[in-house]
Amino acid sequence: MTKNKVRVQNAVTYGMVILFWIVIQVMDRTGHLTSLFKGLLVPLCMYAILAVSLNLTVGILGELSLGHAGFMCLGAFSGAFLTNCLETAVPSVGLRFFMALILGAVVAGIFGLLIGIPVLRLKGDYLAIVTLAFGEIIKNLINVLYVGRDVNGFHFSMKDTTSLGMDKETGVVLIKGAQGITGTPRAATFTIGILLLLLTLFIVLNLIHSRTGRAIMSIRDNRIAAESIGIHITKYKLMAFSISAALAGMAGVLYAHSLSTLKASSDNFGYNKSILILVFVVLGGLGNMRGSIIAAMLLTALPELLRGLNDYRMLIYAIVLIVMTIFNSSPKAIELRSVVMSRLRGGVKKEVA
Amino acid sequence: MADSKSVKMTDSAAKSGAAAGQAAVGEKTGAAAVQTAGAEKTGAVPTLEVKNLSISFGGLKAVDGFNVVIEKGQLYGLIGPNGAGKTTVFNLLTGVYKPDTGVILLDGKNITGKKTIEINQEGIARTFQNIRLFKDLSVLDNVKAGLHNHHKYSTLEGILRLPSFYKVEKEMNERAMELLSVFDLDKECDYKASNLPYGKQRKLEIARALATDPKLLLLDEPAAGMNPNETAELMETIRFVREKFDMTILLIEHDMKLVAGICERLTVLNFGQVLTQGETSEVLNDRRVITAYLGE
Repeated sequence: MTKNKVRVQNAVTYGMVILFWIVIQVMDRTGHLTSLFKGLLVPLCMYAILAVSLNLTVGILGELSLGHAGFMCLGAFSGAFLTNCLETAVPSVGLRFFMALILGAVVAGIFGLLIGIPVLRLKGDYLAIVTLAFGEIIKNLINVLYVGRDVNGFHFSMKDTTSLGMDKETGVVLIKGAQGITGTPRAATFTIGILLLLLTLFIVLNLIHSRTGRAIMSIRDNRIAAESIGIHITKYKLMAFSISAALAGMAGVLYAHSLSTLKASSDNFGYNKSILILVFVVLGGLGNMRGSIIAAMLLTALPELLRGLNDYRMLIYAIVLIVMTIFNSSPKAIELRSVVMSRLRGGVKKEVA
Repeated sequence: MADSKSVKMTDSAAKSGAAAGQAAVGEKTGAAAVQTAGAEKTGAVPTLEVKNLSISFGGLKAVDGFNVVIEKGQLYGLIGPNGAGKTTVFNLLTGVYKPDTGVILLDGKNITGKKTIEINQEGIARTFQNIRLFKDLSVLDNVKAGLHNHHKYSTLEGILRLPSFYKVEKEMNERAMELLSVFDLDKECDYKASNLPYGKQRKLEIARALATDPKLLLLDEPAAGMNPNETAELMETIRFVREKFDMTILLIEHDMKLVAGICERLTVLNFGQVLTQGETSEVLNDRRVITAYLGE
């Protein structure tokens, strides 16, 4: 019985994403999309993926992480780096993008694991602070990283382009410190974004509703009891954390391929971005993947759509934030929602009968 | 024989405060020797044998030279006034704390100093004084979490929904529902664990512990907070569990009605030390127990 309920809930979530894709396609074909909105489509998918992946750490594992932008940054740079490196070896942009997605996810996942080992020993606020610092460190390190390639192979430097000491004829600078990576093909499309979002949902939803997900949630609900029934705490914490990081890395690759210039600036990967993603997760509901997607898409699109209102747009944004919080968390609102839902369901059942 | 053994243990451990422990051992090994002799008579290896278990927190000797022998299938009670160290004994048995001195043998196998999850896999499961359920998981999922180490498939198989996922999940559902129906919780299987009434939460915790298929079940104040009706029902449940699962049970309890009703043997703890142990009726009529714990 529970199983069927879960299946229906998951189907609704997938259906919602697919429906969104269809609506956008139809609007695009009939010419109802403004260029402003078209530019928003890939970021919409990216934020939805980031919110779902962070929800795995915050909602399912129950650990507060503020370093999600750091993992996204790692994925973005390793992915864009690969795409640019293989420009001559693999001419197909699509294939390179695909390989970049895998590499970005793997790199972010490995860092998630490495950082998780010391960090997941901490709890609550301490974990938040350390992950916050991690995100900033990653961003700042990439900001001073120079990587070039010539006939002799790769060169690294933390100073400037000249200290790479490359062959003048064949040397190409791939990562230019604060200027970042330029010339990445803009291969990311809305359809690819939606496919990646569906993949993320598939991984996260199936993970949650499996033996592993149960173990992760049991650790969240009561660590001591989980240990007492033989659940390996460290193993499952690390697993959830690194899967979450890998998915963020994948979103980063998507992002990198939607920009012609990728910079590790504070706007792109600063702690504000991590907190923004956390806002999506909290507003959408902890552990509620569908809510995360809706919150991410709504709150990403809103400031842009309200641009016409000039000065009032941030005011409206703030009001929407407050209303969403009340709608999701206030006991009265939850009560009202369940009453409405049961009435709707009752109505449907009567019609069926 | 038991005497010399336990003293040797104390020596080898050579921890601070061991000397004080030894003095206490000297007084009490008499009782332990009687117990061990009893075990040897029947010839079987006892399910649980604890020798000279001690732990101190700072200067406080929370448990001092604790001995117990529990035969297979026995319903054993651990009683004593508040702060006597009963829950600490449970925490030592389940590896939450590492003992300063002493040996814990489960079915003759030394499990001293192992980690909590290893001890659970060796066959000790427990419930908690303050209920520790997975409150946001369903009743069914609470029990399925307990089956974690007995019905396995990999994370990848789970994510990809391979046939093994469906097969094992089906087995888990069947086994979990079987356990839930034993505790009359099968109708509530979809409820969130935190929405169950108190008595049923206690039962669910026992069901979850049993799901790990233990040799020894530790119940920490199972009747705490229950009304007389619920307690009477709980007594029946514990008896039933013992029969149905052929379980060995060690329980901590303050409700003397329950203790006198179902426990075969008792150990009384007072200030971390074993005051006395033996048949329930003898122990409950012991002068020292009445003075220290039960009252006139």
